[in-house]
Amino acid sequence: MDLDRPLPNPITPEARPFWDGLRERKLLLPRCQACGHVFFYPRVLCPRCHARDITWIQASGKGRLHAFEIAYQAFHKAWKVKPPYVLAMVELAEGPRLMSNLVNVEPDPRAIKCDMPVRVVFSKLTDEVTLPLFEPGR
Amino acid sequence: MADLNTLSNSVCVVGADESDEIGNLPGKSQLTLHLEAITNAVHDAGLKVTDVDGIFTAGQHSPALLGEALGITPRYVDGTTVGGCSFIIEVGHALAALHHGLCHVAVISHGESGRSGVGVSPRRDTSLTGQFEAPFGFGGAPTLFGMITTRHMHVYGTTLEQWAQVAVSTRQWAMLNPKALRREPITVADVLNSRPVVYPFNLLNICLVTDAGGAVVLTRADRAKDCAKKPVYVRGVGEATEHVMLTQMRDLTFSEATHLAGEKAFRMAGVTPRDFDHIMLYDAFTSGPPIMLESLGIAARGEGVHFFAEGRATPGGKLPINTNGGGLSYTHSGMYGIFPIIEATRQLRGECGPRQVPNVRLSLVNGMGGMLSAAGTLVLSNEKT
Repeated sequence: MDLDRPLPNPITPEARPFWDGLRERKLLLPRCQACGHVFFYPRVLCPRCHARDITWIQASGKGRLHAFEIAYQAFHKAWKVKPPYVLAMVELAEGPRLMSNLVNVEPDPRAIKCDMPVRVVFSKLTDEVTLPLFEPGR
Repeated sequence: MADLNTLSNSVCVVGADESDEIGNLPGKSQLTLHLEAITNAVHDAGLKVTDVDGIFTAGQHSPALLGEALGITPRYVDGTTVGGCSFIIEVGHALAALHHGLCHVAVISHGESGRSGVGVSPRRDTSLTGQFEAPFGFGGAPTLFGMITTRHMHVYGTTLEQWAQVAVSTRQWAMLNPKALRREPITVADVLNSRPVVYPFNLLNICLVTDAGGAVVLTRADRAKDCAKKPVYVRGVGEATEHVMLTQMRDLTFSEATHLAGEKAFRMAGVTPRDFDHIMLYDAFTSGPPIMLESLGIAARGEGVHFFAEGRATPGGKLPINTNGGGLSYTHSGMYGIFPIIEATRQLRGECGPRQVPNVRLSLVNGMGGMLSAAGTLVLSNEKT
């Protein structure tokens, strides 16, 4: 199958549980056992209290659109999705933000508002890689 | 340990120049752009390349390579690379090194074949961008800085017309600068009707992509008197970094790094954010300069765009901003930060001809690295305090 976007590369050991979780349609986030801080991107220590005791929780998949863009061309050499498409920064209900795409929406600035509720949809790319995309939620 | 305030006025910019040409230069390598800029800036100072004993640079070429290519053996080097503002930050590093006698003549050099890619190593995704940005189509600054911009519009009600005015104001300055790449007049409507690239940016909201070099030479104030031109005193320096990945920026509408860098520079110089009569801000996108004015405390939150109205930042206005025509219209090779220092130096020397700001005394240079991730601020003056 021809891929229409770059695969995550290189997947780092500290982020492996995130990518493994997505394959099972679970959005997992790192959480500090010492202070309870939930953060993203995954790293070996808590960026708030610097403890090294990190576990993983399953996120609700709900959040808000913190900011967005509508792309009218490709910006990565491996990107083949036909423009326009929506680039999204999502703030999850659990606190952390991540980059994604807003899908199942008209790619029009009049239809998209910052802080609108969104929810995760899982998009299987390969047997190894599933991406967390987002669509308008309630 | 010396209080930073005691270093105010102790070091001067004594040389500043671009490479022989700037713009679209498929016949020149990145290294050539460095070497042209360094020799031009050293000659502008009335010095010889063999006088240089401190080399500061950022980007793909190390200060060691520049020393080798120049045929000199510097005894102090700094290759801090935190984005386009690195050269601004390095003025502070050079100040400390010169003050302590670690070197006597410091050159800060930029050379980038940003448009033609001659003698350039290919860029690759990092482990973070490759995992958490590229799979969604992110790539390059416009796909990131747009997030800052739509969030600002949401929080403060800023409009596309207001961002466009920044491009119009900056173009008016470029029309007065023979070295600027784009010199034809534009209107707000022209910006809004230019090719949509990534909402909220049309082509004219985004900086040029050029090939260019630039360099500045610094030495201690006691030695500056012997140089060819009127010294420009470094009265304040500040630097800070906040994030690299944009998701980690605490408040997309306010640059913590810029705020901290500005605060340090203003305190060292003994000035307030309202004291400047000339301002140079890193303008990779039209939304950058207004957000910098807000983060520096020069404008209230959400009100930075008002500074770009006709008669304020524009030629003849009360507070001229980006008088070289900026990254938007003069040149932007990729790491733009050397060029606002060159322009502030020329303004403070009175060398700017039709675009000269009358009676300029105190100039602010502020630049960003990455997406408002790092910041460097300078307070420059043609008078000692």
